[in-house]
Amino acid sequence: MLYREVGQYKTSYAADMAIFPILQDRIGLAAILLIAFVVIPLVGHDFLLNTVMIPFLIFTLAAIGLNLLTGYTGLLSLGTGGFMGVGAYACLKLTTIFPHVNIVIWVLASGLFSAAVGVLFGLPSLRIKGFYLAVATLAAQFFLEWCFIRIPWLYNYSVSGAIEVPLRTLMGIPVTGPTATSLTRYLIVLSIVVVMTWVASNLVHGRIGRTWMAVRDMDLAAELVGIRLLRAKLLAFAVSSFYCGVAGAMMVFLWYGGAEAEVFAIDQSFLVLFMVIIGGLGTLTGSFFGAALIYILPIVLREIPAALGLPVHPSTVEQLTFVIVGVLIIVFLALEPNGLARLWQIGKQKLRVWPFPY
Amino acid sequence: MRAPSSREVRLGEALLAVENVSLAFGGVRALTDVSFDIRKGEIRAIIGPNGAGKTSMLNVINGFYPPNTGRITFKGEARTTMRPYAAALGGIARTFQNLALFRGMTTLDNIMAGRALKMHRGFFWQLIRHGPALREEVEHRRRVEEIIDFLEIAAIRKVQVGRLPYGLQKRVELGRALAMEPDLLLLDEPMAGMNLEEKEDMSRFILDVNQQYGTTIALIEHDMGVVMDLSDRVVVLDYGRKIADATPDEVKCDKNVIRAYLGEPHGISA
Ligand SMILES: Nc1ncnc2c1ncn2[C@@H]1O[C@H](COP(=O)(O)OP(=O)(O)OP(=O)(O)O)[C@@H](O)[C@H]1O
Ligand SMILES: [Mg+2]
Repeated sequence: MLYREVGQYKTSYAADMAIFPILQDRIGLAAILLIAFVVIPLVGHDFLLNTVMIPFLIFTLAAIGLNLLTGYTGLLSLGTGGFMGVGAYACLKLTTIFPHVNIVIWVLASGLFSAAVGVLFGLPSLRIKGFYLAVATLAAQFFLEWCFIRIPWLYNYSVSGAIEVPLRTLMGIPVTGPTATSLTRYLIVLSIVVVMTWVASNLVHGRIGRTWMAVRDMDLAAELVGIRLLRAKLLAFAVSSFYCGVAGAMMVFLWYGGAEAEVFAIDQSFLVLFMVIIGGLGTLTGSFFGAALIYILPIVLREIPAALGLPVHPSTVEQLTFVIVGVLIIVFLALEPNGLARLWQIGKQKLRVWPFPY
Repeated sequence: MRAPSSREVRLGEALLAVENVSLAFGGVRALTDVSFDIRKGEIRAIIGPNGAGKTSMLNVINGFYPPNTGRITFKGEARTTMRPYAAALGGIARTFQNLALFRGMTTLDNIMAGRALKMHRGFFWQLIRHGPALREEVEHRRRVEEIIDFLEIAAIRKVQVGRLPYGLQKRVELGRALAMEPDLLLLDEPMAGMNLEEKEDMSRFILDVNQQYGTTIALIEHDMGVVMDLSDRVVVLDYGRKIADATPDEVKCDKNVIRAYLGEPHGISA
């Protein structure tokens, strides 16, 4: 009875096309934003902010990026790690060359560089599809990794070969570097992720989203209704890589505070891909679910033995976590290929008709 | 029933002319030296036994296959090859024998996708989905809702088309083609696999489209009853060759046509 659209008549097409047409959904969204922006900063300690929330949000953004390409446009990419890396290295170079420009601007601008690289490696997608395209993006991944290691200019010739994040301030408050508090970094990451999620949702619910999904579902018919395939695919590569690039820049500048090239290895590509698959291909909500499950679940699992006082060795827990997450992935692929987002939909549907079964 | 004589007056000059078109796939000759025209405002049926080359003909017309020889004149412009995108731009829409819907999208989104060429608000407006982008969306939504009402599919507006029964999917596909507001609509067996009632509905939609919007239609159909009822003129193909081109009544009595259909498993079902 609580979750209903009954009585909420839509009086215009604009209202019907709203992204959250149901009042309860809008209330829920407002509540989540309130918790994220007010409650968590008030109660959150370093562990919650730095180990849980910041990485969760960053992975969500990367998952949204990959989802735009793979879930919405149907182009499988294994280059996510590489595209994230382009963002991180671009951000380092930008803030090195122009240290006085606001770092948040550079975090966002670095996405443009990965967008450009994404478009470049997206060019073959007009001719090749599916598995072969995945192999082509894999080549991109390895090429980019090679660049991150072999081109010292990219990491400012640092002795360690790693990115060292400099101190940058925003209105006198340290934002990046060792003195930046986790609360500051959390709020910046949160703001960027919220705005970019909103933008992604605008894109997928409008003309461009339909174009992408049409290409995904039936490219011949898409061309026939007047969609230019190459354009649509390259736009998907650009936007997707932009998101991944910003996620990569935030990962280094607002979470790790420094990173080596390995951070952007193929493992990262797979991790984000798992998030997208488990969360649900072609849903933005799913990207949040997927990132939460793949990233936060292992943290919870790791804490359980300690909380219960069980004498289990950390490495055993680590391995168990791998097994559990691995099994979950297989179970999801087999039972609910549409991911957690689909379960969420089904749950809401049940709630809508409750207490009747249909 | 319509009166053929009054329609005859309404029919204009040739919208599309196919001249000496041949098409081969390796050794298979799908089309051999086929010529015919489609006049503005008519319903032109293309019939023939299985494998006669009907679908191939539509594929040549809307640019999926470049013909090996021959040329096609559409709206007075002659061409030998054309991309499907250019065909769409020129005003040719199409439905498929085996359905080519965007299965993961809703009915509404499928039909909205048919408006792709008519929506122009740029990327940056799409990012915020307010102002001009939203206005454009609403404007086209209104037009799409008219099509939805016309095809009587309002109830499945928000259903993912992959979950719909076959007959409804065919209807949605017609809706998507209509959303393009085409000058020439190519329908490849729009009633295949339908029951009688669904066929009647579909026939009515096709006639209404033709009469209300003046859309020129090329229709491939096996059911001769439907062809008789709907079409103004009929082209008959057999083994890739044109064997007859006349009114439905004349075609029905044509001895070449009867011979072509004899021995065919389905024959002419009247
Ligand atoms: N892409 C292709 N590659 C090779 N051969 C093809 C191809 N498309 C069609 N053909 C062949 O061309 C011939 C004509 O096929 P087409 O599909 O045009 O027939 P049709 O008249 O539409 O038949 P149906 O009534 O079964 O739909 C057939 O022999 C078919 O096998
Ligand atoms: Mg056919």
